Amino acid sequence: MTETDIRPTGSPDLSFPQDRTCPYQPPKVYADGRGQGPLSRVELFDGRPAWMVTGHAEGRALLADPRLSSDWGHPVFPVVVQRTEDRGGLAFPLIGVDDPEHARQRRMLIPSFGVKRMAAMRPLIQDLVDRLLDDMLEKGPTADLVSAFALPVPSMAICELLGVPYGDHDFFEERSRDFVGAATSAEADAAFAALYGYLHGLVAKKQAEPGDGLLDELIARQLEEGALDHNEVVMIALVLLVAGHETTVNAIALGALTLLEHPEQLEALRNDPGLISGTVEELLRFTSVSDYMVRMAKEDIEVGGETIKAGDAVVVSISLMNRDAKAYEDPDTFDVRRNARHHVGFGHGIHQCLGQNLARAEIEIALGTLVTRIPGLRLAVPVDEVPIKAGHDAQGPVELPVTW
Amino acid sequence: MRITIDRDRCIGSGQCVMTAPGVFTQDDDAVVALLPGQEDGAGDPRVRDVPMACPVQAVTISGE
Repeated sequence: MTETDIRPTGSPDLSFPQDRTCPYQPPKVYADGRGQGPLSRVELFDGRPAWMVTGHAEGRALLADPRLSSDWGHPVFPVVVQRTEDRGGLAFPLIGVDDPEHARQRRMLIPSFGVKRMAAMRPLIQDLVDRLLDDMLEKGPTADLVSAFALPVPSMAICELLGVPYGDHDFFEERSRDFVGAATSAEADAAFAALYGYLHGLVAKKQAEPGDGLLDELIARQLEEGALDHNEVVMIALVLLVAGHETTVNAIALGALTLLEHPEQLEALRNDPGLISGTVEELLRFTSVSDYMVRMAKEDIEVGGETIKAGDAVVVSISLMNRDAKAYEDPDTFDVRRNARHHVGFGHGIHQCLGQNLARAEIEIALGTLVTRIPGLRLAVPVDEVPIKAGHDAQGPVELPVTW
Repeated sequence: MRITIDRDRCIGSGQCVMTAPGVFTQDDDAVVALLPGQEDGAGDPRVRDVPMACPVQAVTISGE
């Protein structure tokens, strides 16, 4: 696909974020920053300057560095789209706090996302995938792969894991989408308030009538013991529900699109289903659904020949770290046989994705089953007509018309 | 080879188990543990990659 330069190469004040033009390629204007070394300068929408980190080694070192903060509640924490901080003083657990607060919350949750627990989820995910594909094939031969498949797989799985009734999915899928994808603070705030209200009610209901999901465990073990308060349980539920909805859907849809656009790679995978787990890692590297992470320096940090000063905004470019030629040979080539180890598709450091092994299982089962069961699958529109999400959002198609 | 794990740093990502499943496991709290008898890496060359794979440097390796 062709890319359009918005600013001259090497411009010191490139505005961040930029929209992708090709769904699976970082914007070309970011890639030009690779010529400038592992760090370059960008400008956020509010005029605030920020460091953009594009080197794989430097980015990993920074994401693992406790001097870089994720404290969203800090009065001058950098933001990439216009949002108010009016959340009624509620902190965002996990993603929006630093250690030791973060470690306390994460420790409560990791047993529910452990390797063994996720292995036990696989038959359930396979069953969901089979049923969704049965339904899609029956209604075919065309579908929107996002709404018919890529969204309901993670939505049903996270509901099952959390103990949230899937029957309410239209409600929270729409609000999750609005909360993450909103371009204005008013839209984001309204979606947040609706989700908070829904989960507040659900937690109260579960206290009266316990079920057997992760939320029920949190309520029983932590709320009752006084380790968590009601608001914290609701906020944890909100973060997990939104994270479960707004990430894996893109990984499945963008993964399918990327495979369809690389027919020789898709053929290799069809001929050798044993390539599926390597394919998933390569897709995570190549597509970088979470295109960037935002941090703020708490102290001066020397990195890549530069000094990030205390208080500086830092944008860690996941998509460019995953395309660093120092880390991967022919980084812009999609190769399902590649060893994509140490990719940062799930981030790095203490905030590395809590649900990564659930996501791996979902993506692997969804894409592996999709390509096997529908060998004639193809895009129903040219790839440059597939609508994609804005640069600040999780990356992926808004809808993906397919036929077979 | 000697493997040292820091269970306090561990965030339960499971990267170690994914990289060298014959040596690493997770306990019931999903925190890193070594499989019994595998403390020396059991000759698995993939163990060498685990310190880099771990997102929080909870695994270190010393010796040959």
